[in-house]
Amino acid sequence: MKSNVKILDKLYAAKGISNTIVLFLSLILALIVGGVFFLANGYSPIDAYAAIFIGAFGSFPAFIMTLTQATPLIFSGLAFAVAIRGGMLNVGTEGQLFIGAFAAAIVGAYIKGCPAYIHIPLVLLAAAIAGGLWAALVGFLKVRFGSNEVITTIMLNFVAINLTGYLVNYPLKNPEGMMAQTKPIFDSAKLPRFFSQYQLSAAILLAALTIAVIAFIFYKTPLGYEIEVTGKNKRAAETAGIKIDRVVIITMFISGAIAGLGGAGQVMGINHSFIDGFSPGYGFEGVAVSALVANNPVLTFFSGILFGAIKAGAITVNRIAHIPMDFVFVIQALVVIFVASPKLVGSILNIFKKKGDK
Amino acid sequence: MNAVEMHGISKEFPGVKALDNVDFSINKGEIHALLGENGAGKSTLMKVLYGMHQPNMGTISIKGKDVRINSPIEAIKLGIGMVHQHFMLVPVLTIAENIVAGAEPKNGLFFDLHKAISEVDKLAKDVGFTIDPRKKVEELSVGERQRIEILKALYRGVEILILDEPTAVLTPLEVKELFTTLRQLKQKGMSIILITHKLHEIMEVSDKVTVLRDGKTIGTVLPKDTSANELANMMVGREVKMGVKCRSTNVGDKLFEVQNLCLKNGDRFCLKDINLYLRKGEILGIAGVEGNGQTELIEVLTGLRKPDKMCLKIGEHEISNNAGADEFIKSGIGHIPEDRGERGLVLDMSIKNNCILGYHRINRFIKKGIFLNNVIGKYARHLIKTFKIKAVNEEIHVGTLSGGNQQKVIIGRIFAQNPEVVIAAQPTRGVDVGAIEYIHHKMIEFRDEGKAILLISADLDEIKSLSDRIVILYKGCVVAQGVTDDFTDTDLGILMTGGKISNEER
Repeated sequence: MKSNVKILDKLYAAKGISNTIVLFLSLILALIVGGVFFLANGYSPIDAYAAIFIGAFGSFPAFIMTLTQATPLIFSGLAFAVAIRGGMLNVGTEGQLFIGAFAAAIVGAYIKGCPAYIHIPLVLLAAAIAGGLWAALVGFLKVRFGSNEVITTIMLNFVAINLTGYLVNYPLKNPEGMMAQTKPIFDSAKLPRFFSQYQLSAAILLAALTIAVIAFIFYKTPLGYEIEVTGKNKRAAETAGIKIDRVVIITMFISGAIAGLGGAGQVMGINHSFIDGFSPGYGFEGVAVSALVANNPVLTFFSGILFGAIKAGAITVNRIAHIPMDFVFVIQALVVIFVASPKLVGSILNIFKKKGDK
Repeated sequence: MNAVEMHGISKEFPGVKALDNVDFSINKGEIHALLGENGAGKSTLMKVLYGMHQPNMGTISIKGKDVRINSPIEAIKLGIGMVHQHFMLVPVLTIAENIVAGAEPKNGLFFDLHKAISEVDKLAKDVGFTIDPRKKVEELSVGERQRIEILKALYRGVEILILDEPTAVLTPLEVKELFTTLRQLKQKGMSIILITHKLHEIMEVSDKVTVLRDGKTIGTVLPKDTSANELANMMVGREVKMGVKCRSTNVGDKLFEVQNLCLKNGDRFCLKDINLYLRKGEILGIAGVEGNGQTELIEVLTGLRKPDKMCLKIGEHEISNNAGADEFIKSGIGHIPEDRGERGLVLDMSIKNNCILGYHRINRFIKKGIFLNNVIGKYARHLIKTFKIKAVNEEIHVGTLSGGNQQKVIIGRIFAQNPEVVIAAQPTRGVDVGAIEYIHHKMIEFRDEGKAILLISADLDEIKSLSDRIVILYKGCVVAQGVTDDFTDTDLGILMTGGKISNEER
């Protein structure tokens, strides 16, 4: 084990690009191991990877599809990264996304008669506050009663998903239709789309803007500084006169607000109403999106796109290569496992190195 | 034939050469001190011997036989044991259970407690310890726990015992007892390696001293042929002045006053009726065995813990009992925390960002709610220069610095903000001699500017050399206070352990 770690140390010691190298190698290794999976099941890995690539970047519509899939993932990835910065694991982005989406749908469908330039910000604000408060509750429980945020966020996911599910199946169900969804939102609350035939909406710009705001807060303001200090060393933060309880709650609020915006983006840009169980786990995947880039808020934009590409590619794999979509999610999981375990990558590299020596 | 012979040992970590061609040997029945500043490589060398690190080069032989030691388990098999600075005991288990853990006597499949107790009892008697093996470790004092650690090693048949900074946590009396024990073990033919940076201890107990500096062997000398000052010079590589007394010549009015401080933990008093004051231009030392309320006192006086009762004044300004740490800082009370890694610094953050910790909301660093990055960078470079912090630049993580330089970051950060009073807790703990000298110098300089320092330290020598007055804390109460030079070492030892001295004796 020791010598494995040594190689990794050297990699890291080489400064700057080394992290990127390890990251890149992790991706390659994930693809190789994934290839073995394909082979073992009688599929050609080359065909499969080609199909994924074509499905994600092979054509203009494919690329648009990638960006569309990426949008909610960027939001939830960023939400997770923000909480981590403050020293918390927000595994509740899924629930916060549901709550945000629901608030967006209500404000979008029940407030009538205001122009888009008022209505859109209003809807976004509602979604951010709703998602934010939902997450701030976790922060409050943590500082007040010492409850573990991992447990409470996971549990509140069930509450959020099922609560919105109930509301949209019964009291707030759209009377005109069979589906469990709210009334459609007014046109004034819809986010503009880039192209009429594609679902890609201005939500992705909103995601980029949110990243810019977060980066500004993190790197330029005392609040960002306090979040970082609290996340890295609570006792030192306390000693420095930082009100850590407040910082914890604020951090969770920001994190939840971002997840809520992600939900709003789906409602305002794609579905135009809140549909029961509309998210296939966008919120949960935020964990992977953030982990892939070591929780760097700015880079979540790119890892979000990578994961969006895998999702877009999965559809094509199924259609062209007749490989079940689930395989693609195995690849996705492998990527996360390899990235999250740099020492594992180091030891695998070491095997290759030893062979090279002989 | 030497018990241990280490020859030409080199050990590299990424980017650092921790050991460079080091030679070390110890005879049977010898106490050999390994002396060096922090980062000189003494711990690394011993970790190599104990199988925790593998050397890049060099040979080790035990009793004349060449060996490779790949793990502590192999080291123990070879008769090498190590007592770490932080004890590795299970408080809720009995002494016997702790000692045999890992090599338990068994009765069939089951643990044989009776045999364990009798074996431990016999072992303790052999070495001359009076302990009850049935007692739980949590009931023991620090000194006793250390003996349990030593017994743990002996139980495994160790003949070469490594002690890492064994006196750091002990009272003067316990140190004496430890030395008696060590001498007894020596009589029985044990080889004892003492890792330390306390010079007078070496002079007192060791047969030989090997000095390391920057990973190299500087030399091996006999204590009787040398002096503490000479050893200090060998260790640092230049002239140092140790433990210079420097009393304040200009004491002014009361600057900081604590009255009737009480702090309860449940029903029990952690601190009871503490009254103390600091005058301008003086250093007040708090002497006491660790765990007698020092930590609590620091926490209350820096706003980290709310007292049950207290009246605290700085100058004419009264600080409310509900004030948070930020208000204490604003009122001009600087805090050098007792554990720099835990409370003082954010280790995986840059030096620059650590330089503003606690002062990150002051106007100088902020304009319209945004950090003035240039100003902060310049400030950090200024601190690095003024406080002689050895660092490549201000952007590197503070955790990569040596202990002494980390401590200088804290000292610099506090003193540069010009507080009125500084609560300095263990300001030189785990810091090398050169940095100690420098930090002491800075503290005296600060005092001579008419400021005041409350010094809390486990190092009695430090308290005696720096403080103008001393307060002795025992079980959360002030048991004595007065001018430093009125107390003898014996007085302090007695008072710190709860004894009483009559005024005539003093």
